[in-house]
Amino acid sequence: MTDHIITPAIESRPVAFTQAEIGWTPWLEPLAEDDLTEAHLVGLVEASRAKSPYFRLLVRDPAVLEARTKTDKDIFYNTRTGLPRAERELAATAASRSNGCIFCASVHSRFASHHSKRGDDVQKLLDEGVETDLGERWNAIVAASVALTATPPTFGDDHIERLSAAGLDELEIADVIHGAAFFNWANRLMLSLGEPTPAVQ
Amino acid sequence: MTTSTPDIIDLLAGIKPGSSLDRIRTQRPETREQAQKSYLALFEPATLSDVSLVERQAIASFVAGLHRQPDIFEFYVSPLEESEKNRWLVEVLKAEIGAAQAVGPYGRYPAGPLSIEDASGPIYRVSDAGRDALGEKLAAALEHTHLLVFHLRDASPKALQALLDAGWTTDGIVTLSQLVSFVAFQIRVIAGLGLLAASARRAAA
Repeated sequence: MTDHIITPAIESRPVAFTQAEIGWTPWLEPLAEDDLTEAHLVGLVEASRAKSPYFRLLVRDPAVLEARTKTDKDIFYNTRTGLPRAERELAATAASRSNGCIFCASVHSRFASHHSKRGDDVQKLLDEGVETDLGERWNAIVAASVALTATPPTFGDDHIERLSAAGLDELEIADVIHGAAFFNWANRLMLSLGEPTPAVQ
Repeated sequence: MTTSTPDIIDLLAGIKPGSSLDRIRTQRPETREQAQKSYLALFEPATLSDVSLVERQAIASFVAGLHRQPDIFEFYVSPLEESEKNRWLVEVLKAEIGAAQAVGPYGRYPAGPLSIEDASGPIYRVSDAGRDALGEKLAAALEHTHLLVFHLRDASPKALQALLDAGWTTDGIVTLSQLVSFVAFQIRVIAGLGLLAASARRAAA
């Protein structure tokens, strides 16, 4: 079969930032689940990811997907030391809000709300944007993530000083940097290889 | 896995063994190792599949140039510069980077409540001279790269069709998208950790 794009017909496509469980559909053909080889399964890292059209599309380059997935997991899940998970997810949400990735922002705002128990503040970030007031510590994390997301990045010494004044140590500041930087990887894939679909009612 | 390639983030962020930032990265060994493996998977892959090494180096140089990161641009462009056969590409890339400058992120949201946040910016097309020199496939890749770097929310199936029309395969587009997105990540880690390292050195002085 020759390579072709997919133009999905989507009724009531998501047009606003939301914490609801919206979906995502690809613009290029993912591999079929039945066609996945051992090398593909290694690239997927977790067998359950074979259900996701996003990962079955990315697994066309399995070595990159494997390293990307392991980078992602360590940046967000390795929380024995360093920044709490909630604030890593806040950095991810702020980057996604700034880049305009409705799908990524939905997933990571849910995680930020769940881990912080500050769902209203997270919603405020989605509704009002990255300039909204969430209290100084969160404001500092959002501002740093947004500055790092700009192209060219505008992240500077003032952002480091503000994070430090808000109580973050060096390791925690490095975690903010990694969380925001990683979403400049994820947002680009999610926004350019497909689009969000409405939440299943 | 053994490799002679140094850790690229440490190299470009100026993180020295035993420094405070080195100790911080040591606390995230998996992040450090997998970011490096991502680099190797893209720039020293076991198989090149549908994207040549020269195309990979040219596109990464373009990404670094659009981010105005001279050291990272130098890093990616140097293998082209050192190759007699590919050296011509460097001047073409520099000219295209000069013509492709912008400030992002901008672009349009799907029509609705976010439309008030729509921000306009340049839509980059490779120059005629650049297109003649680079050929359709690489020219189309640079145009798509500019979209991914600066105005990601303008992405569309049509943009992917333009790549297919220029000779890209679905597998190749996945690798291209990963490459641009990975370098966008890598640049931000280098920029962020580089500043953090400098600030730690000042604090210790």
